[in-house]
Amino acid sequence: MTPFNRNFGQGGTRKAISPDMNWRELTKAGNIYEPGNSASYETGDWRTIRPVWNKDRCIHCLICWRYCPDASIISTDGKFDSFDYKHCKGCGICAKVCPVHAIDMFSEDEIDRQEEASKNEK
Amino acid sequence: MATLKELAKVEERFVGGHRLCAGCGHGISVRMVLNAAEDANVVVGCATGCLEVASTIYPYTAWNCSFIHSAFENAGATISGVEAAYKSLKKQGKIDKDFKFVAFGGDGGTYDIGFQSLSGAMERGHNIVYVCLDNEAYMNTGIQRSSATPMGADTTTSPAGKVVPGKQQPRKDLTAIMAAHNIPYAAQTAISNWQDVHRKAKKAFDVEGPAFINILSPCPRGWRYNTPDIVELVKKAVETRFWPMYEVENGKWKLNYKPKKYVPIEEFLKPQGRFRHLFAPGNEHVIKAIQKEVDERWLALLERCGETPELPPK
Ligand SMILES: Cc1ncc(C[n+]2csc(CCOP(=O)(O)OP(=O)(O)O)c2C)c(N)n1
Ligand code: SF4
Ligand code: SF4
Ligand code: SF4
Ligand SMILES: [Mg+2]
Repeated sequence: MTPFNRNFGQGGTRKAISPDMNWRELTKAGNIYEPGNSASYETGDWRTIRPVWNKDRCIHCLICWRYCPDASIISTDGKFDSFDYKHCKGCGICAKVCPVHAIDMFSEDEIDRQEEASKNEK
Repeated sequence: MATLKELAKVEERFVGGHRLCAGCGHGISVRMVLNAAEDANVVVGCATGCLEVASTIYPYTAWNCSFIHSAFENAGATISGVEAAYKSLKKQGKIDKDFKFVAFGGDGGTYDIGFQSLSGAMERGHNIVYVCLDNEAYMNTGIQRSSATPMGADTTTSPAGKVVPGKQQPRKDLTAIMAAHNIPYAAQTAISNWQDVHRKAKKAFDVEGPAFINILSPCPRGWRYNTPDIVELVKKAVETRFWPMYEVENGKWKLNYKPKKYVPIEEFLKPQGRFRHLFAPGNEHVIKAIQKEVDERWLALLERCGETPELPPK
């Protein structure tokens, strides 16, 4: 997570914004000068279930891309590319709308436990 | 109609990192509408509500385009002011690029408190698109009933109790009211049919003058359904004729979809917690009243659209 360290300044100043700042140092009228900078705010840690892509089943119809509320399905050249796990909130809509069941939802806890177990095996 | 392969190449105007709840219908609706503007320059206005609150938490913005926040009640006035200023600057030769203007408002911000400012903007004929994201209550402040809340719904200000089974009044028909402004384009659409949303949004951006679109935009918190089921649920809203898809272009009414068979309203109500009490013994009359309302409105709509006013076969 990289909060408060992007270019929020007016007229290109690169002053970082921090909670202990004086209000006079904030941008006028609370303006934000960098379109789409919420991309640097990660909502992926909200997720309790994780969508996982089954490459062999996918027919690249992009219905999942159409219905993701968080723009977290990345497509390249009109094909499914990957999930943006930094922002995906795990709502499960993509898995539900996929016509060929190429997306499965897994519990994040379960994934953590398995990763832990495989680490211990090594 | 462009394919999803083509549409996925359009630059994303509503990016991740916003703080809408997981699975919120607004994220889907907004992405679909803005995607239909394709490569145009877009200025977005937004009434206070979940969408605005979740997308512009300082110092972040999820809007990958020009954006102006207004108060709860004046998105229509704000976006028309922006459009008027743009026209003037263009006339003076101070801007040469072309822009499109779109405002989003919730049902509270549109059917209720923002209604007069929207009505004025439509009457003045600004070249704008206004999109109502209708989740049928004031969700951002904790699910209070609005004039878009359906009869029978349990909200915090129309609580279902022993004596009163949820909201007493039927919904206001805002799309018809907007059509009565004699604007070039007014339409009602549903995300279960993305092609319909896309076509209507594209048309709204393309027409000269004001356009209005009403989108049913479910809120998993306020409606209390299983979050992944959003598309299925909206499909039920359309199949039960609770939310008909139609458009009014230059005064001509057109129905865009006619269900093949009579689907009872229970199919839409049942998956939602806000209607759960209606299925308790003694509340059958409420479901009957909702069904009657839906059927009557359907027949009136068919008549307006120049179709034979009849219910689908059972
Ligand atoms: C004049 C005014 N009154 C009340 C509020 C508090 N308020 C903020 S958002 C909101 C509800 C928004 O409901 P709606 O327009 O339906 O949008 P939703 O959150 O449901 O998408 C309210 C009452 C306000 N911001 N301004
Ligand atoms: S909906 Fe399913 S098949 Fe279509 S692109 Fe997404 S994962 Fe692939
Ligand atoms: S789970 Fe939800 S947020 Fe994550 S990619 Fe699928 S649709 Fe998007
Ligand atoms: S409360 Fe409802 S409308 Fe608001 S962000 Fe959450 S799901 Fe969306
Ligand atoms: Mg609302």
